Amino acid sequence: MSQAAAASIELRTSPHLRSPKTVDVIMRNVVYALLPICAFAVWNFGLSALALIVVCTGVAVLTEHVYCVLVKKPTTVGDWSVVITGILVALILPPALPLWMAAVTSFISVALGKIFFGGLGYNVFNPALVGRAFSQVAFTLPMTTWTPAQLPGRFVEFIPTSLTIPFLEPGSLQGWLSNVAPDGWTGATPLQLMKSEQIGTEASQLLFGTIAGSTGETAAVLILVCGLYLAVRKMMNWRITFSILVTAALFSWLFHLINPSQYPDPIFMLGAGSLMLGAVFMATDMVSSPETRLGVWVYGIFIGIMVVVIRLFGGLPEGVMYAILLGNAASPLISRVTQPKTYGAVRKSRKQAKEGA
Amino acid sequence: MSSTAHTFRPLSIFRKSFSQGIHPAENKHYTEHKPIERLPFPSELYVLLSQHAGKPAVPLVKPGQEVVRGEPIARADGFVSAPLHAPATGVVKRIDLVPTSKGPRKEAMVIQVYPGETQEVLYGQDRDIEAMSKQELIQAVQDSGLVGLGGAAFPTHVKLSPPEGHVIDTVLINGCECEPYLTTDQRLMIDQAADLVEGTKILMKILGAPRAIIGTEDNKIESAEAIRKVLPADGTITVQVVRTKYPQGAEKMLAKALVNREIPSGQYPSSVGLAVFNVATTVELGQLLPKGQGVIERVVTITGPGVDKPGNYIVPIGTPLRFIMKKLGYEGSAKHLITGGPMMGDTVSSLDVPITKGCGGFLVLTPQQFEENTLSERFPCISCGSCVDACPMHLNPAQLGKLAAKRMYLEMDKYHLFDCFECGCCSYVCPAGIPLVQYFRVSKKMNREMKAAAP
Repeated sequence: MSQAAAASIELRTSPHLRSPKTVDVIMRNVVYALLPICAFAVWNFGLSALALIVVCTGVAVLTEHVYCVLVKKPTTVGDWSVVITGILVALILPPALPLWMAAVTSFISVALGKIFFGGLGYNVFNPALVGRAFSQVAFTLPMTTWTPAQLPGRFVEFIPTSLTIPFLEPGSLQGWLSNVAPDGWTGATPLQLMKSEQIGTEASQLLFGTIAGSTGETAAVLILVCGLYLAVRKMMNWRITFSILVTAALFSWLFHLINPSQYPDPIFMLGAGSLMLGAVFMATDMVSSPETRLGVWVYGIFIGIMVVVIRLFGGLPEGVMYAILLGNAASPLISRVTQPKTYGAVRKSRKQAKEGA
Repeated sequence: MSSTAHTFRPLSIFRKSFSQGIHPAENKHYTEHKPIERLPFPSELYVLLSQHAGKPAVPLVKPGQEVVRGEPIARADGFVSAPLHAPATGVVKRIDLVPTSKGPRKEAMVIQVYPGETQEVLYGQDRDIEAMSKQELIQAVQDSGLVGLGGAAFPTHVKLSPPEGHVIDTVLINGCECEPYLTTDQRLMIDQAADLVEGTKILMKILGAPRAIIGTEDNKIESAEAIRKVLPADGTITVQVVRTKYPQGAEKMLAKALVNREIPSGQYPSSVGLAVFNVATTVELGQLLPKGQGVIERVVTITGPGVDKPGNYIVPIGTPLRFIMKKLGYEGSAKHLITGGPMMGDTVSSLDVPITKGCGGFLVLTPQQFEENTLSERFPCISCGSCVDACPMHLNPAQLGKLAAKRMYLEMDKYHLFDCFECGCCSYVCPAGIPLVQYFRVSKKMNREMKAAAP
């Protein structure tokens, strides 16, 4: 009896309470926050955007699941992080991108950006951005082919290039565009217009997103509101978003003051391109950002400055992707040099204390 | 049912606090409005010889000998030790090994209680505190067997003898009771406010401190009001209400919140002019010292969703837990019992463990709650920084956890492993469910062993 009793003793260690905010709950809420942005993207770009989101998410989830089956470990799809990667990949690709290229991007994101490093928690870079960087080089032309938003027939027909047969180059969109595109369509995003011709875009369009650009990056205000939901639920580090946006705004404002005709104003800087999506959903990826409180500010300011520098002085119109990837690369170092100051740490002024006593 | 949400108090942001920490659901509602009640004597008491930090007490009585409630039955063995007193009138049957809450069986004096005995204390000698010298008072405190009743069970008289050169300017009385569920101190502040103030005065006299601050959290406003009614008019003792936040009751956090002082790493509070005492200890001191009595009982909160009659009970030291739980209508096993609060308390190894001076509460969770909180799915660390933002000591638990996982125990010194006091904030917030505190307990042990082994 006493033997049996002794054997059945179960000692559990404190704390006996756990916060209900587990990894899967956090990740699932990030997915919820991305859904309105997806809905807007579909409304803005139509069927092609819908297909893009479905394909990217599907391929991402499948890639991780198949990998887990192959290496005979329990599937990690249930933590929802791969769903975020899939959706984000879709949101940062051009809506006219052939779906097979999107699938490849998504596969690369998960395989090379995440699994290769060891899966969730071990990736150095934001997986979605790794995939995009790959495709930027691999599919340069389709990755820089933009189509107008709000086309009348967008809910009944695909953008022709979407359905390109796998592993073939997409055809030219010129013929199709001349039929459907509004007058004055130049095939450029607001950032390209600014870069090459110093033409601004109406602020309302930038903020509400009814313009050309990557599938889910255009609606700045909507993205900010979705981010706010996560920040209020304390599932996102608002300090990263805040520091990136404020830094980018202040830094670009400085140049705008110096030469308003050459450099855009801060509203344009914040609203155009993928800065908002990047600052809210990509730079805040917990795994690839620093974990210390001071480190988070340093990281945000670094990215904010890099975005402006690349946009204004780099060879490319857009710099958010590279700015965040650079930030990711720097974040282990940032964490290392910004360790918190421990309570009651014995200070250097020990000599002074001795003299005083 | 137990609540899962933290109570929101808008005024809290104006109150003093320490930086970081967490807000677990408070769940004080089970027992906070229940006045302290007495439980009857069990038929047998198991008085452990070691229920304090330091050397075990040495028995003064032999098996077969009769003892009177309140009579000394074991003496202190040296300075860092405390004597024991008979919790009830009866006869000493034997000295036996009994289970303790942490597992190993330890020596205890088994006292058979005479049936029908009253709970009146028959032993003791009235003292004139005013006329006693500092040394006499310290001796009197040791003779009373008083130890830190907040849980650490460190002999109180040792704290009353600060190291040479340390001048105490402020006595802090800790009434924060930041652990969820527990209400022992909360009720003591209401039901025995006068004893609390009396005890505080004695502590100030012994330490020569000109002022004392009684600190409590803003979920215990009623307690603060009760004390304010009996404060001395000269203003030397004040009550301060701080923000309800875990672990406000840790002495380092309390010092920060009340007087904005940081106790340097590895040093006593006395190095910054402070002495910190728990409310239960102070109440007991104020109650026992003038009467010349010893610690023979204590207030224990028995609470949680798993028990029918939660409440705050006066229980004789040595009462077996089984007896109490039976009286309160609990039929389950020891499996779902926690001694102390849910954040730092240990699970109980057996229902046969006796009450010691250090146990202020037992929490009975439902089996379902246990499952939810301990069998949560494990994920890898996602570097979210939640633990870094929660740690009241401003350590980097994520980094420490990674080093522990790699078994780089000595490396952890660089990240101040030994400043961790195992409050559990990091484990609580970790979304990946990593048992960080448990890692650190093991790491400290391994670190010490490795250092001892190294030449």
